[in-house]
Amino acid sequence: MTPEELRDSRAARERLSWLVLLALAVLVLPWHQSLPAESAPIIPSALGLAAEGRGWLWPVVLALPLLVWASFKGAGGRLFLGVALAAFAVLLVQGFTVGLRGPAFDWLTILFPVAGQGQTGLGWGGFASGIALLGLIAHALALRGFCRGDRFSASAVVFIVALLGLFVFYPILRLALAAFVGPDGEVALGPFLTRLFAPEIWRLDCLTGGRRCGVVINSLVLGLLAATICTALGLALALIVARTSFRFKQTLRALSILPIITPPFVVGVAIIVLFGRTGLITGWGAEIFDIRPTRWVYGLSGILMAQVLAFTPITFLVLLGTVEAINPTLEEASQTLGAGPVKTFFKVTWPLLRPGLAAAFLLAFIESLADFGNPIVLGGGYEVLSTRIFFAVVGARYDLGNAATLAMILLTLTLVAFWLQQRWLGRKSYVTVTGKSDAGLASTLPFGLKGVAWAAVIPFVAFTIGVYAVVLLGGFVHDIGRWDLTPTFAHLRTAFDFEVNASGLQLYGSAWNSMQTTLLVSAIAAPLTTLIGIMTAWLVARQDFAGRNAFEFGTMLSFAIPGTVVGVSYVAAFNVPPVDITGTAAILVICFVFRNMPVGMRAGLAAFAQIDRSMEEASQTMGAGGAATLRRVVLPLVKPAVFTALVYSFVTAMTAVSAVIFLVSARHNMATAYIMGRVEAGEYALAITYSTVLMIVMIICIVLIQLMVGARRLGRRREFQGQKAPAE
Amino acid sequence: MTEEIAIEFANVTKRYGSAVAVDAITLSIAKGELVTFLGPSGCGKTTSLRLIAGLELPTSGVVQIAGRDVSQRAASERNVGMVFQSYALFPHMNVLENVSYGPMIRGVAKAKARAHAYEILEQIGLKGLDMRLPSELSGGQQQRVAVARAIVQQPDVLLFDEPLSNVDAKLRRKVRGEIRELQKRFGLTAVYVTHDQEEALAVSDRIVVMQAGRIAQIGTPRDLYERPASSFVADFIGDANLISGQVTAGRFRAADLDVPLAGPDGAAQISLRPERIILSAGEGAPSGRVRSCTYLGSHWEYEIETGFAELLASRPMSEAPIAPGTAVTLTIPETAPIRVTDI
Repeated sequence: MTPEELRDSRAARERLSWLVLLALAVLVLPWHQSLPAESAPIIPSALGLAAEGRGWLWPVVLALPLLVWASFKGAGGRLFLGVALAAFAVLLVQGFTVGLRGPAFDWLTILFPVAGQGQTGLGWGGFASGIALLGLIAHALALRGFCRGDRFSASAVVFIVALLGLFVFYPILRLALAAFVGPDGEVALGPFLTRLFAPEIWRLDCLTGGRRCGVVINSLVLGLLAATICTALGLALALIVARTSFRFKQTLRALSILPIITPPFVVGVAIIVLFGRTGLITGWGAEIFDIRPTRWVYGLSGILMAQVLAFTPITFLVLLGTVEAINPTLEEASQTLGAGPVKTFFKVTWPLLRPGLAAAFLLAFIESLADFGNPIVLGGGYEVLSTRIFFAVVGARYDLGNAATLAMILLTLTLVAFWLQQRWLGRKSYVTVTGKSDAGLASTLPFGLKGVAWAAVIPFVAFTIGVYAVVLLGGFVHDIGRWDLTPTFAHLRTAFDFEVNASGLQLYGSAWNSMQTTLLVSAIAAPLTTLIGIMTAWLVARQDFAGRNAFEFGTMLSFAIPGTVVGVSYVAAFNVPPVDITGTAAILVICFVFRNMPVGMRAGLAAFAQIDRSMEEASQTMGAGGAATLRRVVLPLVKPAVFTALVYSFVTAMTAVSAVIFLVSARHNMATAYIMGRVEAGEYALAITYSTVLMIVMIICIVLIQLMVGARRLGRRREFQGQKAPAE
Repeated sequence: MTEEIAIEFANVTKRYGSAVAVDAITLSIAKGELVTFLGPSGCGKTTSLRLIAGLELPTSGVVQIAGRDVSQRAASERNVGMVFQSYALFPHMNVLENVSYGPMIRGVAKAKARAHAYEILEQIGLKGLDMRLPSELSGGQQQRVAVARAIVQQPDVLLFDEPLSNVDAKLRRKVRGEIRELQKRFGLTAVYVTHDQEEALAVSDRIVVMQAGRIAQIGTPRDLYERPASSFVADFIGDANLISGQVTAGRFRAADLDVPLAGPDGAAQISLRPERIILSAGEGAPSGRVRSCTYLGSHWEYEIETGFAELLASRPMSEAPIAPGTAVTLTIPETAPIRVTDI
């Protein structure tokens, strides 16, 4: 067979498989999740339902013979693509117009009386037909030259766009819509404006003395303070690591990953244990200095402490990159021109640092706004947007409209900060490293500045050590809060008691259930996140298709959406047909996959930038399609990125709280939600124990992932690249 | 038609947004021919090559390979072999795995694919290196592996994207000779992209000179050097003195230059190769004055001021040098001036 014939037979086979899937979906598989018992049809497929009067399903059913007919006329033709697109559009329209309580338009009930009974969410048949139609659309596009004619890449683009649309943008749209829904279910501007300008959001009373400020003001004050302090501390740390002869630099770098594997709440709990009204340090203060114990830690100051501890490592890493990227010859040039060390620092180094400082500041600001774990534990009466949203959905007064409005405000604030950050990084970055190594040693910090830096860093480090000491110790002593250090496994047993007896392994501990769910969900989510993230990076970096820039922008945007907003948006979107998946474990997995996908994507993009694109092109000219090229050439070369993405997505899934807290159910509870319950009940020791166990499990899993992904032949690759460098 | 056509471009255009990389090119390449796309960077030569490979698909127009329309076919579904500028050897596979990759992907049994790869490696002089990784090979060996990998599947066309740009200047002559010899031995149709005119003259059956996405001229190396159609081609291939003047009654005149030139009367431009200008000391017509005389090892190079242009002239070492400042008379053989179109 010539390659052309081979291609045509392969294409025909792929087309046939999609058509078979479509046939299964509309003829055999149950279309809906489950129907009201009184109207249970004999055949629950789209065909059966349509025959029983649900006539709005006929177009979906008839798409099958139409597509078969069109494929004989040429699958690369306009007709085939048109029919597939139309069928997909019909699928969407029917799903959104006929809801749980009947159709959105009365004429549908006149046309099809059964429509009045409504329909439940899509089932296997509905989803499978959507997948089959998307596959056929991608197939037809590829035959028309989309993605340079590569069918695999075309499918990847179409499916990833569909997934992002369904799980990132559709929920946000539903959420925005929910903000306009009034108490009687009507969509209007009035209720939105009332909610938007509610005094509890914007009032400034705290400035004039007296009552509390609005949540937006609270969030902004907290965000600005946290970002300022984190940036200053991050800079001090970065300067000490990069510009002094400090001996424990590596330790400091290693410590910066701690917050990533630290479960939420645990820092807050440790702060309460240390500084609460009955806290250790408060107690010592009362004993030694006779300071009256107060509840000062609950509120702005407490949240601020926790956030500084949690986000300084992030600003540190950003600023370390900036400081190390400054070409030492610039500072040397300044010194040879007669400027002393102090003058050089302020005239040369500092201006070069400014873009990095802005980026770090905005990053910390975004993190602070999105933070949920610390404000909920330490907030007291100090309400911020994320906690207010949570209570509007989960609290006694369920008010999705209000939650949606607050979420839209939070989203707007973060997107503005994100946009500013992208602008700063995009235009004003003075990265002075060109890849060629430059002679010259980084100058050391001027003496005075070094003192300032140390003065800032020492209390921070001491504070960090104190907090983590409480965490490490707290789980295994009787009562850390009262300084009762009698060693005990009592807390561990409450959470993770088990017994091996005649009937096998028995798990008694109260935490096993959530632990198992967490591990399972994380283990499923991590490889999926990595796959989608790296695939997306590959499409953005290597494929050439119409709308690529919008595609890239969309994926990056999803990164900036705060977890709380994602959580509420999932509640708004996936509680109702056509996609009704709340309460399942699937929604947890989906939530993690699309929350963390951008990280996999970034790791992938960085890796692809290092790899010569012509290797993939060589693979293609030798007959490998997108899938084979990805598997045999790309993935072996981007193993480090795969590892980073796997570890990050796994760890984040284990410790995430802000989005998932809205999605857990009694059946599928997650570790972080369980810990939050313990914190609310004041069982601090149990919460700390569970957190410690989680951290240990995470470290074990990271090591396991590293062993599984392996590092075969990676050393050689570096050598290869080095050899190629002078060729240009 | 007696010769079979391997590749045919009919009105092929490739646009990137509003930028036109390849502008309505029509061209056919015969089977067994080595054709070079030559031109300055950004002229569309690499894009044209990638259009043949399928690494780019045309915005409009038809690309045919071996008589079949492949315009909308992916690279993996065409039968082409390509040697990349960077060689693009897979760093995680050894030489044998690299060479047998193509056959394996196309469904040839592993043992058979490897046997075939061995055969090619032996023919190409890489026997015994099959278990090495690309990083353990010299640049020349890497290039041969890249060639072996490209020809192992008996492609309809073999594509070279500036294959010598990563080879030492000294080795280039040898490697380009090898490429030419190999192409003839296997009877392959080859398309070669380069920006180096000397390389193009040395390896090609025909050269396609490209300029701003269009074909400036197609011809044999000798055609292009001796009968350039435009001032661009004359200047790009070799050195050329471009002189503007008037043609009346079969003679081209510019200041005191007066040479026979065929073609219609009116304003015209000619190209004069530096080595065709004979210099002799003393006053005469056309006259000039030596501004500089540079020793270049293989020949003398002169800059001459004249009434019609500043000329570049090169003379063999066997002639005695003429000192700067000397007045000279130029002798221009009747066949030397070539009428060219402007740009």
